[in-house]
Amino acid sequence: MFKQLIAALSMGLQTLPQRLGASSVIVIGIAGVVAVLVSVLAMGAGFKHTLADSGRADRAIILRGGSDAELNSSLTRADIDTISNAPGLAKDSSGKALLSNELVIVVNVPKADTGTDANVTLRGVGLKLTEVRPELRIVNGRMFHPAVRELIAGAGAVKQFRGLTAGSMLHLRNADWIVTGVFTSNGDVHESELLADVDTVGSSVERTGYSSAIALLTGPVDFTRFKDALTTDPQLKVDVQREPEYYAAQSKPLTKAINVVGTTVAIIMAIGAMFGALNSMYSAVAARGLEIATLRAIGFGALPVLLSVMIEALLLSLLGGVIGASLAWLFFNGHSVSTLGGAFAQVVFQLTVTRTLIITGIIWACLIGLLGGFFPALRAARLPVAEALRAA
Amino acid sequence: MSEAIVSLRNVDKRYIRGKQSVEVLQGLSLDIAKGEFVALMGPSGSGKTTLLNLIGGLDNATAGEITVAGERLDKLGSGALARWRARHVGFVFQFYNLMPMLTAQRNVELPLLLTNLSGAQRKANALAALTLVGIADRAKHKPNELSGGQAQRVAIARALVADPTLLVCDEPTGDLDRKSADEVLHLLQILNRDHGKTIVMVTHDPKAAEFASRQLHMDKGALLEAGTLAA
Repeated sequence: MFKQLIAALSMGLQTLPQRLGASSVIVIGIAGVVAVLVSVLAMGAGFKHTLADSGRADRAIILRGGSDAELNSSLTRADIDTISNAPGLAKDSSGKALLSNELVIVVNVPKADTGTDANVTLRGVGLKLTEVRPELRIVNGRMFHPAVRELIAGAGAVKQFRGLTAGSMLHLRNADWIVTGVFTSNGDVHESELLADVDTVGSSVERTGYSSAIALLTGPVDFTRFKDALTTDPQLKVDVQREPEYYAAQSKPLTKAINVVGTTVAIIMAIGAMFGALNSMYSAVAARGLEIATLRAIGFGALPVLLSVMIEALLLSLLGGVIGASLAWLFFNGHSVSTLGGAFAQVVFQLTVTRTLIITGIIWACLIGLLGGFFPALRAARLPVAEALRAA
Repeated sequence: MSEAIVSLRNVDKRYIRGKQSVEVLQGLSLDIAKGEFVALMGPSGSGKTTLLNLIGGLDNATAGEITVAGERLDKLGSGALARWRARHVGFVFQFYNLMPMLTAQRNVELPLLLTNLSGAQRKANALAALTLVGIADRAKHKPNELSGGQAQRVAIARALVADPTLLVCDEPTGDLDRKSADEVLHLLQILNRDHGKTIVMVTHDPKAAEFASRQLHMDKGALLEAGTLAA
């Protein structure tokens, strides 16, 4: 049986050059499906990756109770004072709590490619910023000074928006701001933002409170103690989350939407590619009708013939899958894009073609090939030998 | 007559074409003895190829009994029939039906893939079969590098290589010039006379039929009696 299969398969593959056009339909069709699927899912993976990379297990974010995002949360100065005395909070050498009280507002900045205004997060941060977020690095220029309208721009934002290079002047909410530097923070969501002194940001928008507080804990294990202290304090009405959990929840809706759209588009394309594969394999079986009938006459079984046609379809699909995944990786992996994030501001992220996505794409290709090859293979196996020989 | 290797009793064959039922063979009975070389003749549509396909196990009868090489073919399913064909029948087709991508030797090896022979044994047997039909020097050539006569010899070698009980030939000289046709017919005659192969051959060509030890004539799905033919 195995020898028959190898012989029938090898004969089929050797006739591929004579069926180049029909075979290309399978390869190109499936390459297109896989390229689109992997690229779109890479968008979701990149977005998720960017948000998942934001935060540390030993850092907590405190929002007003019932708020699911910083933009609709509000904390008072009294709240911040209470939070800064909670147990489990890390302290600096002078005994001050490592807490950054933050105010998030949305400003308009023109996009680099179109020049149209887009929402960008301007985050007011506390003086303990660099200790609370040690991953933050100034890569160009200098840190902003407090009490003056100075800000630093994330490296991702600099790529996607105009006028954010160090030394630029920016007109935000009827006031001029100077960009004093550019920062990176391990590619996380904050690289899409602008950071400035929290009190300066507050005064520019006439707000006295804060959106959130970011607390560096003495260790990840102290989170529960810290959380319990704040949530059981009758003076406070706050929600406390570990940073990674908060950002994972923020990424979920958009990642889900991207995945649903990507998968739907890919399914529609896959149906088209499957019909292409069906058509091509039917023509292949028709073109090889005499060969198949002769093999069957000699005594070859129906099963090796069926398997040989299916394997041929599978190999062509696999080739299409590998080409499609390679194209997606070549053209889109690491490509920076921006989209509206959970806070109605643009989040800059890189498309990430992961190994899992490549495997997913290739599995899709194989399934399309198997479905597209099955019915033609069945026809080949059931070919009435005498009729096929007579037709030739 | 010696032991019948092919025996058909009251065989009917009908094809369904759309809503029409076409009667191709009606109540046909026939015996072919072991070692015979039978030529089946008759006009187009008389049922020669259908009869040949039934004897070769390529098609099933609508009614009647078909026994070939001791096996009731009308009782076999398609898988068993395929295995039976591999063991007992060698086919020679009008247009050779060689695999264009394979060399002559690899074409001849094809039926041996259904046996337990090793690769080396398959190669040796294929070369022996090519030598028997006088074309060993073309073993490495592909079908498009062979003349019609040479290609048909390769096809005969392929039919012989597994040492089948019966050779079934459908118009084996129909695509050949006279000289090549005579060479192929001589070869079949040698295989029958010197190697004891039972051969059933369909042909339109009376000269080709003269090489056979017995001629059978068909018309409208039935075998004609010798007297009917003479009349």
